Amino acid sequence: MQALNAYVRRVPTWMVYLGLALPAPWLLYLGLTGGLGVEPIKALEHELGKWALWLLIAGLAITPLRKHAGINLLKFRRAIGLMAFYYVALHLLVWLVLDVQQPSQIWADIVKRPYITVGMGAFVLMIPLAITSSNRAIRALGSRWRQLHKVTYAVALLGALHFVMLVKGFQIEPILYMALIASLLALRLPRRGLYQRLA
Amino acid sequence: ALGIAGGLAGAANAETLEPNAFEDITNYCNYYEFGTGKEDPAKYAGALTTDPWTVQIDGMVDKPGDYSFDDIMSQMDIEERIYRFRCVEAWSMVVPWNGFELADLLDMVGVKPEAKYVAFETALRPEEMPGVRYPVLDWPYVEGLRLDEARHPLTLMATGLYGKPLPNQNGAPLRLVVPWKYGFKSIKSVVRITLTDTQPATAWNKANAGEYGFYSNVNPEVDHPRWSQASERPLGGGLFARRKPTLMFNGYDEVAGLYEGMDLVKNF
Repeated sequence: MQALNAYVRRVPTWMVYLGLALPAPWLLYLGLTGGLGVEPIKALEHELGKWALWLLIAGLAITPLRKHAGINLLKFRRAIGLMAFYYVALHLLVWLVLDVQQPSQIWADIVKRPYITVGMGAFVLMIPLAITSSNRAIRALGSRWRQLHKVTYAVALLGALHFVMLVKGFQIEPILYMALIASLLALRLPRRGLYQRLA
Repeated sequence: ALGIAGGLAGAANAETLEPNAFEDITNYCNYYEFGTGKEDPAKYAGALTTDPWTVQIDGMVDKPGDYSFDDIMSQMDIEERIYRFRCVEAWSMVVPWNGFELADLLDMVGVKPEAKYVAFETALRPEEMPGVRYPVLDWPYVEGLRLDEARHPLTLMATGLYGKPLPNQNGAPLRLVVPWKYGFKSIKSVVRITLTDTQPATAWNKANAGEYGFYSNVNPEVDHPRWSQASERPLGGGLFARRKPTLMFNGYDEVAGLYEGMDLVKNF
């Protein structure tokens, strides 16, 4: 664990930003060249959405990993959170520009289609988090910053719910994401409280 | 013998229908018995044994029995029909099917006068179908049509694609094709056809009755509860494909008479 943490300390954050940013242009390239199959619009939309969910899950895993496994990835948490926002924004952009196409349809979909309302809610909640991600904002907000950034919990739950609600039939994948997010949040419950709840 | 493209009805439209590539049609399939991914059927359906194949035809028929696929084929006229295919998920293709009219098969077995509906069932083979390990639907997949829908000359039992035997992922060796209904009505790999006087249960209706009705006619004015059905994305147009308006009955207006006087919002 010590060696791992020492290794992590040597990885510069910019490499994490770069590494996490690259899948998006790669997916776009695949979409343009037939690598995403017969229906590249939906494929691109879904892949970007899944990257956002993976990064939200990764972000939520950092605290439990430190607390329960002694692995310290805290220095990457901001990069992971911001890149999750980047994927949600791209996912939204693909939906708007390539998928729905008709501007009149967009607002109707947001209001009328619960899974879109939920997804849009998650995106809107991420905006203040992205804006307050600078060192200056962290200093300025003080202890309120920690409170504000707990909104991430709601964002992750809404993101997974959005996926659960859009599939046809009983499908495993979105339910796995939801279960994973719920477990990562459950690990945050106060220890004593958790045992009382389980007892 | 291969007939004229487009067959009878919708012949005027058939001229303008440009079929999707064979690769598109065979690599983008909903066949949940092989997985819920669109490419899962292309990957896994090779395991399905389609020869020998037997269709059990029973219920209100004069000659019930187990009919082998070869036996059926020897008695049917195979023609080509280029049909629009509109999925309930709001994408569409144009498919050059080969097959015979379901009405001809029904005449072969003799339908008793009291029959009102036709029920269909897909093969259920856990050892060949990896997707049925998961309760995505209540297996086996079942579908149904009213007898007049089943007898409509547009209603096809497809046995081929582009003049080749039907690929497994597209529902080999024989499947239903009802071009004015959402794709899920066109049940694949049929092993049983039952004539009955009661409306048969259908797989998607059992899974979610609020979203999938018995009729499931393509109708741009009746939205799926979770998405609009007013437009569709034609597949094969790449990343910048434009949506196009969805047509009532998927453009097959000649079936409108089947639903005269019916409230198509209630009977969705």
